[in-house]
Amino acid sequence: MSSVIVRVKQKQIMDLIAKGKRLDGRGLTDYREIKVEQGLIERAEGSARVLLGKTEIMAGTKIEIGKPFSDTPNEGVLTVNAELVPLASPTFEPGPPKEDSIELARVVDRGIRESKALDFKKLCIKPGKKVFVIFVDVYVLNHDGNLIDASALAALAALLNTKMFNYEIEEDEVKIKPGYTPLPVGKHPIAVTFAKINDKLIVDPWLEEEQTMDARLTMTIDDDSNVCAIQKGGSGYFTPKQVLEAAKTAMEKAEENRKKLKW
Amino acid sequence: MPTFFERRQLVTPGDLLAEGTYLAGENTYKENNKIYASRLGLVQYEDKNVNVVALRAFYIPKLGDTVIGTIVEVGFSGWTLDINSPYLAILRASEVLSRPFRPQENDLSKVLDVGDLVIAKIITYDRTHDPRLTVGEPGLGKITRGQIVKMTPTKIPRVIGRKGSMVSMIKQETGCHIILGQNGVILITGKSLEDEQLAMMALRKIECESHTSGLTDRIAQMIKKEKAKQKEEIKNESET
Amino acid sequence: MSQKPEKLIDKKGLRLDGRKPEELRSIKIEVGILPNADGSAYIQQGKNKILAGVFGPRELHPKHLALPDRTVLRCRYHMAPFSVQERKSPAPSRRDIELSKVIREALEPSIFLEYYPRTGIDIFVEILQADGGTRCASITAASLALADAGIPMRDLVVACAAGKADDTIVLDLMDTEDKKGGADVPVALMPNLNAVTLLQMDGILTFEEFEKAVNLALKGCREIYTMQKEALKAKYESVKEVEE
Repeated sequence: MSSVIVRVKQKQIMDLIAKGKRLDGRGLTDYREIKVEQGLIERAEGSARVLLGKTEIMAGTKIEIGKPFSDTPNEGVLTVNAELVPLASPTFEPGPPKEDSIELARVVDRGIRESKALDFKKLCIKPGKKVFVIFVDVYVLNHDGNLIDASALAALAALLNTKMFNYEIEEDEVKIKPGYTPLPVGKHPIAVTFAKINDKLIVDPWLEEEQTMDARLTMTIDDDSNVCAIQKGGSGYFTPKQVLEAAKTAMEKAEENRKKLKW
Repeated sequence: MPTFFERRQLVTPGDLLAEGTYLAGENTYKENNKIYASRLGLVQYEDKNVNVVALRAFYIPKLGDTVIGTIVEVGFSGWTLDINSPYLAILRASEVLSRPFRPQENDLSKVLDVGDLVIAKIITYDRTHDPRLTVGEPGLGKITRGQIVKMTPTKIPRVIGRKGSMVSMIKQETGCHIILGQNGVILITGKSLEDEQLAMMALRKIECESHTSGLTDRIAQMIKKEKAKQKEEIKNESET
Repeated sequence: MSQKPEKLIDKKGLRLDGRKPEELRSIKIEVGILPNADGSAYIQQGKNKILAGVFGPRELHPKHLALPDRTVLRCRYHMAPFSVQERKSPAPSRRDIELSKVIREALEPSIFLEYYPRTGIDIFVEILQADGGTRCASITAASLALADAGIPMRDLVVACAAGKADDTIVLDLMDTEDKKGGADVPVALMPNLNAVTLLQMDGILTFEEFEKAVNLALKGCREIYTMQKEALKAKYESVKEVEE
């Protein structure tokens, strides 16, 4: 198996979409079944597993104490990383991160950061000196399309599940105290991804639809139906009308999908 | 069925050239019954045909074209040539050596070596294979002397001129022999370096001003002026 | 945070650099400035100074990357270490890698990739000085470099950002507005085909604000498109003027 898709199947997908149908029976704006489980990895401060159809993502968080960035001395730090694990697809290769995994991580990161999901000010221990550094590691365990939406959901679910250790400052040193408090997560950004196939927009493309699509568009929407991050991908284009149409649909879909999370 | 530009007007990629039952010619494309330019150039409307004469392009091999190439690699059974194109060309040893050759015994670099210039003809080419060349016709083969000028291949027709008027004028005025490679590489051989330089100057001027009109006359004038200058210089030198 | 200006828009409704909300920065574009590249362009947009060079179509190295049915388009967006306030390491950052990808994908729809199978086209973008909106200016310049190289294209690609400064939707954000503003929406467009080839956003916008920002960015793109075409023609029209 390689990344090559049989042309006959590509044509089938395109013809069906022209009629408003999809190969797996979904409507154009239907998601696959979404399952969210939290807290599976005891060693991690927080973790979650998301199943989006057959796409499977595991996200874990770790917390460390580090230095703040010089331009934001009283804010904590968020670092999102994504691994396209070789066992998840014959097209994923081991080695340093390539552009696809870097883009995935940065789109997930942007959604959390721009929506202000995390209250970074509350993650400050000593302004300019010590802050909490939150690492979110997204692990793709099975690739069946739409990694962005599943990863964004897994990352957020893991953050919601994250326990921050209690501490007190004694003589300039951070002393860890017993007990935990949850991370200050205030907003719940949801990524909604569209694929353009045969000049139509569909949501949540699965792998073979991704191999057929002209272009991809992800819109991340917060709890108040604001747009907070967008990413276009792929070598095709959208019309301005399609972009606005996508924003409207994304707002509806984000609200639906947000219900899969507990907080 | 309107057209949107005047003849020989400069257009850029994406410019809408015509709408309706026109035919999309060179350097244009058709979408939804509209014809757009795909390269920077001068638009031409001829009957129902819409063309753009590109000011900047590169050489795509065509069967039967005469090209001038440089040997860039010597292999066991032939040579690889840079023909000023996205694709490298292949010249097989059997095309050059009339006698049967044995790769073990014949050192091909003794026949043609890296850096040698060759005039050749394209005998096969398609999307899946690099072009193959032959030198087995009169006038083809290794170049031993002369000057080389390179230009965008779309300008070669301009160098030729209407019914060959431009190139024959330059040949006549400079006394040089000129071979035009369809790949935009031109060989000039003259009696003296001065003559060759004169022809090169003319070619450079054509390259820069290919999109202007009245060019043949201006080139002829330029050559005459330069010749006069050269004579003057020779005279001055002999006097001192 | 210490040097944060009070407001990005003053009482008269003008921006920090004196522009009106819907006004572009001053733009200078030149085509064909690198003698060794097959095509090239230089753009100055505000304090942005960016060079784009194109090589190809040419034989692709390494060879195994070549595709049997199309050209492989590659793009490298790179910032000079001296292009920003604090020296930037010349090694590509994650941001550089992402930008290289989205710039490539913004240009890809404009090129007839299927014309030249088994070859590669390389686009190199060097940011000599950055002042906000480098990805957009890079796309505008790179598209010109492709046209200058004689690569057949559907249309030129032009890019421009709109965003939010304080509560106003503004065009063509400069560095401070980008960093301190409420949102940034970079858009790339093939104007004659009305095709959006790049769209990104960060910040927070309501649907109405988003719609306004996209439309403003598209308007900016069309304005720059005119300059882009003039720059491309200028290279050849200068010759004409001398003669006549």
